[in-house]
Formats: sequence, structure tokens, C-alpha cells
Amino acid sequence: MTTQTPNGFTLDNSGKRIVVDPVTRIEGHMRCEVNVNEEGIITNAVSTGTMWRGLEVILKGRDPRDAWAFTERICGVCTGTHALTSVRAVEDALGISIPENANSIRNMMQLALQIHDHIVHFYHLHALDWVNPVNALRADPKATSELQQMASPSHPLSSPGYFRDVQNRLKKFVESGQLGLFKNGYWDNPAYLLPPEADLMATTHYLEALDLQKEIVKIHTIFGGKNPHPNWLVGGVPCAINVDGVGAVGAINMERLNLVSSIIDKCIEFTNNVYLPDVVAVGGFYKNWLYGGGLSSQACLAYGDIPEHPNDFSPEQLHLPRGAIINGNLNEVHDVDVRDPEQIQEFVDHSWYEYGEPGQGLHPWDGVTAPKFELGPNFKGTKTNIQELDESAKYSWIKAPRWKGHAMEVGPLARYIIGYAKGHEDIKNQVEGLLGTMNLPVSALFSTLGRTAARALEAEYCCRLQKHFFDKLITNIKNGDSSTANVEKWEPKTWPKESKGVGMTEAPRGALGHWVRIKDGRIENYQCVVPTTWNGSPRDSQGNIGAFEASLMNTKMERPEEPVEILRTLHSFDPCLACSTHVMSPDGAPLTTVKVR
Amino acid sequence: MQAVKPERVLVLGIGNVLWADEGFGVRCVETMAQTHALPEAVKLLDGGTQGLYLLPFLEEADALIVFDAVDFGLEPGTLVTMRDEDVPAFMGAKKMSLHQTGFQDVLATAQLIGACPGRMTLIGCQPVELEDYGGSLRPAVADQIPRALEEAVRELESWGIKVAPGVTLCDDLVDPSLARDAYEHGRPSEEDACRSGDQRFFPAAQKARA
Repeated sequence: MTTQTPNGFTLDNSGKRIVVDPVTRIEGHMRCEVNVNEEGIITNAVSTGTMWRGLEVILKGRDPRDAWAFTERICGVCTGTHALTSVRAVEDALGISIPENANSIRNMMQLALQIHDHIVHFYHLHALDWVNPVNALRADPKATSELQQMASPSHPLSSPGYFRDVQNRLKKFVESGQLGLFKNGYWDNPAYLLPPEADLMATTHYLEALDLQKEIVKIHTIFGGKNPHPNWLVGGVPCAINVDGVGAVGAINMERLNLVSSIIDKCIEFTNNVYLPDVVAVGGFYKNWLYGGGLSSQACLAYGDIPEHPNDFSPEQLHLPRGAIINGNLNEVHDVDVRDPEQIQEFVDHSWYEYGEPGQGLHPWDGVTAPKFELGPNFKGTKTNIQELDESAKYSWIKAPRWKGHAMEVGPLARYIIGYAKGHEDIKNQVEGLLGTMNLPVSALFSTLGRTAARALEAEYCCRLQKHFFDKLITNIKNGDSSTANVEKWEPKTWPKESKGVGMTEAPRGALGHWVRIKDGRIENYQCVVPTTWNGSPRDSQGNIGAFEASLMNTKMERPEEPVEILRTLHSFDPCLACSTHVMSPDGAPLTTVKVR
Repeated sequence: MQAVKPERVLVLGIGNVLWADEGFGVRCVETMAQTHALPEAVKLLDGGTQGLYLLPFLEEADALIVFDAVDFGLEPGTLVTMRDEDVPAFMGAKKMSLHQTGFQDVLATAQLIGACPGRMTLIGCQPVELEDYGGSLRPAVADQIPRALEEAVRELESWGIKVAPGVTLCDDLVDPSLARDAYEHGRPSEEDACRSGDQRFFPAAQKARA
């Protein structure tokens, strides 16, 4: 049956149905079903969160000063960003302001996470959707060296001997049967387009990225006291500064600050000499693969982040931009008010929750998390083994958040489109530079590759911001300010009887908000709207499809039984999930079952 | 076969404390700090839900003991110890680690870059219940913590490292608000936490209650 969605997509759920069923349990399991027509083109997409995520419920009645520690465990990757969002929400509710140094240190923690996540995402999750490490074994090391010097003349690791060594290491690794990391690939799929030399270069950088990511996380250990799961504090940061001291355990001294500075320099070198050139080089081979834009050309949302000054979240003071674009009109960027009950609302008509009247949306401060699991009349399979969901009814554990009724894409690409549309100087220069180098029009941004490129540009920008806040911290300390926390309102007796607050960040994968209500010193209601809620959203009562769903529409699959194209696009959102793929024949019987990382 | 005493040992607990028996590994490490005095050469670490973040810690260690909830397909509450090449090999074959990045991926990555500890011991417990968000360890799994710790102590002793009863001060454990007592004390009722589950997505929970 063919239907038209209000947000401009033509859905046709006839034809072969393919089910992509991921299996992680950190931010929520997720599953995707698509229909493909005779030509292998995706004509319908259904994105489903397959798991109850009741963090909101388990926080009820807890001490709001502890909420960060719980939220830090929601996700296996972006731990710190949840913690930061949580302390911001509680500070907002209780009217707590943080000192200058705390703002600089929090920004550096958040930027380190962005840089780490973007690099790890590109090299360790996403690259294998474009790069074929098995093909790299066939590369000529000398030709690879020439390619490297052409792609990035400043990168010192470029000799033929270096690439030969890596190739031998890789060979040994593959031959030992430890293909764990590279298993599950569709290595002979015609969707892979790189020559062996480009594959070897990118695979080599995969190893270099592994070395670098170990360094980046040290920033979290230094400022957060421990890692994984660093410490956070309502009112500031939990680390003392003592630049002259050598004795104080845990205090930040000059030696540690010098280490941070050297790590920032390494990140700057890597993003400039390796990451960005790789995106240009790899992207160059896939210039004609411009699928996956989805909602990005129409509806983007960002809350903004990285405030220049503590406690000031006005849009002009944020280094990562805030705004909303709707109806594809880049000439008008709307401001976003996360407190306005009419702007952000969550709908549950197609979600396994219930509240109010059909079609009713609730602002997160008034959010209700009441589960109601029921399958639509047309689902296939059994209740314990669903083969096909019925998207005309409830079909997801994810609520459908909307901004003024619009389904929105969030994430690096959304941030970059908003920044570009607003004329954000750094972002505009980066975007124009990259498009110029690759000889591509602005419209090329609205694609899977655009998402991947925006992430690389953002990593580079974040490195520069990282340096800015490091210098700012040092200057402030030198001026005699070593304060890192404001504990004036630490005691619950100083709090109002009832209060509510909101915390926002830009997580690596998009806009993240926590809304809290506090009563008598305890959490009364806590609602998280995470980036994957926006992007992975199911349909709403109007029939608008969400960002994942939209991005898969009209994609041509080379071999429908090998869903490389689906993974490319879903991975480009950096969702927190691993996948297990079942390919179904039209009558619902599985043809093959493939595990996908 | 025992050779030199390892200079640096990492005792790692992995898992998500918010997911019932998934928290086994983390709770083992937490209990170990409360009940054993470990020498300086032994580092205790709550690895939580993290994957690649653990790489630097693996690189620094000559020997590794890891506690985890593992699906061996055995009776719930069964404790299993595995060593060295069996650890990643079994993990890869049976997909027994229950975490997102997959600890086997972390080990494979460590091997690829030459950062894998020379000796590895996995002390795993077959979970009773995983599909209970906000829940805590089930008795059959919680009861195995002392035995798991004894196993770890024996392992350390076989490596020439003496462990006495006592306490180990350590900054790398869960925040006090997530420590087992505080966590269990503050949790909502089974009904509020939607621990009743549903057939589609909590089949294990159905079975466990049946």
C-alpha cells in the first residue's frame, strides 16, 4: 500500500521486507525493517526501539546530586555527556552557578568526548562500511606510500616500509583466525569501491587511531579523577587545582596540565593530517553515493553547547550552534526554547506507552513513562518471535519527540547545517573549504557521507576549541583563580521546596536533554530525551516518519541480502548499537541470518 | 608452566549495574575492595559499560583477572573459570559477553596492537536475570561473589601474589550512590520499574519467574 507522509515521503510497504535487528542493551536495543522493490530500492522503513528503558523510573526518589552517576551508566559510549547534562539540569533547578574554571574544565571533558567519539566512530565503527581491510592485503606498499604523501603531505608515517609492516601485521592477524574485528564483512560486495592502496592506508590509520584514542581518554582521567565513568559534581568539577603543589593527591598540577596540553596537540595533528584527509580520500571514491540524506535537508535541531562563559547558555555564547530548521528553509534558523511546553513534545501514538488522548504530546517536564505493550493487527510471527512489526499501530519503545510538531534530525550534520545556515564563521569556512576541495555542491551535505564529513569537520573544530579552553584555564589560574566548585547550595536545606530544571548538551550523536523536577530534596520526575530518541523516532500521529526511517528511503541496495547500504546510513548517525541482521523472504521466512557489528 | 610473577595485575569487573545480574563483575570488584588487602601491584577497576576505554588499562597489565556475567548456557548461578587463549576464543565463538562493544572485541583489539596481557583469567557467572532494568543481583548470582573472590585469590596466589583479608582503598570503583547497598536501598518497586516485563522482549524474565 502506498501512503504519503506529511513530511514528504512516499511509503510503499509491498515488496520484500528486510529486518535489521540490532542487539545492544546500552542505550536501547534497536531494530529496523525495510521493504525493497524489484530493483532493490528501499520503499518503506520502520525503526523500532525494542527495549524498555526505564531510567526515568529508577531515578524517582533519589538524591538529585547523585543523578549523574546513574545517567552515566545509560550508555556504553557517551557516559560523560549524560553526567554533564544531569548536573546542568540539577543546577538549573536549584539556581546554582558554577565558577569559570569549572566551565573550562567541563568544556574540555565534553570536547574530549566529542573528539574521542568521532575518531573512534569513523575508524572503528563506520570505516568498515566503506573500507575493505581484506582488500588491503593486496595493496602495493610503495603505491600506498605515494597515495599517503599525496593525500596528506605533512603526515610523517608514510614510508613504503611502514605500510609493508602494517600489511604483514594485518596478514598475521587475519591468518591467526582472530578476525574478530573484521568479521561479518561483505568483503566481496560490489558496494565497496576503494582500490587496495586506499584500503591499506585507511586500515593503517585505524591502528593509529587506536593509539591516539588511548591518549584522549587520559583527559577524562585527569579532570574526572577516574576513567571509565569519571566523576562529576553538582556546582562545579570534583578536582582541586594546585599548580605549585606536587604532593596533593588528585589535585591538578602543572605536570598534569602539561600532559593535557600535549594530548590536545596530538589530537590537532591527527585530525589535520589523518582524519580529514582520509574523509576526503575515501569520500572521493564514493562521490556518487549520495543516499541517506533523509530529514537533514528539511528539519534539523541542535540545542547548542560549549558555553564560552559559565552559566550563560544564550545562543551567541555557544561555540556549537543552537537552532532549528524546518521545511527545508535554510534562510531562517529558529531559536529553540527547551522550557517552552509548546516546542518540544513527545508523542506515543506509535510507541509502547500510553497517556492522554490520541495525538497528545507532552513536554518532558510533564513527561509520563507508563508502558503499554501491544502489537498491531498485521504483525507477523508470534509474540515471542516477531518477524514483522505492524507500523500502523504501536511499534517502538522509543517515544516520538517533535519540535513544534516536526520530526527532526539531530547530530553533527544537523549542527553543521544549522551553523552553516546561521553563518557561524568557523563552521562556514570549514564546510566551504571541504566542498571546494572535493568539488561538491552544498546539496551533497544532505547525505550519509555528509553526516560522516560533518563529524570529521566537527572533530577538527573541537580540537581548536579544546586548545582555547585549555589556554583560558591556564590564564585564569595564573590570575589567581583556582576555584573549581560552588558549594553554597550543596545542602538540601538551602533548596526551594519544589523546583524544576533542564540541562542540555550536544552529545557526539546529537542534542541531549534531561528535564528534572525536585521536591523535598528528592527527584520527583526525571525525563531524558536522548539523540537516538530523535533520530530513531517512530512515526507520530500525523504519520511523519523519523530521521532513521527517512534516511533509508529510496536507497538502492546492490544485494538486498547483504545490507551494507542500510548499515552505512544507520552507522552514519553513530547510534549506540550493534546489529544482528535477519533477511526475510516475502513470506517472512528467514533467508539468511547475519550478525553485524 | 608457571613462569615469572607478573609485575602488574589488573582485576577488572565489567557489566552494567543497572541491569540485574549484568552487574556481577562490577559487584565482585566492589566486594573485593571491601574484604581483601591487595598489594600495590594489583589494580582494581570498575570497567562498567565501557569498551575501548579499557584499552590503556589492559596495555599496562601483565596479567588480567576479569569478572563478568557470562552466558555459558549452564545452570544459572554456575561459576566458570577460563584461562588465556580460551578467554577470547570462547568469547568470540559463543558471543558470551553481554556488553555493547563486546569485551572480546576489546581483547582482539588489544592483541592487534600488542597490548594484550600475557596472562588472562575470566571468572564468569551464569546469570539468572538480565531483563530487569533498575534491578539488582539475584540471590543465586549474589551468593557466588564470595566464591568468585576465592577463585581470584587462588589465581593471584598461583601467580605468586599474596592476598590478605582486609580492605583496599581504591578510587576506581562505582560512585557511592551506585554502591550495591545504596543502589538496592533506593530502588523502586517491581511494579513501578516495569519489571513485570512483556513476552516479546523479556522472554528470559518470563522463564525465570515461571
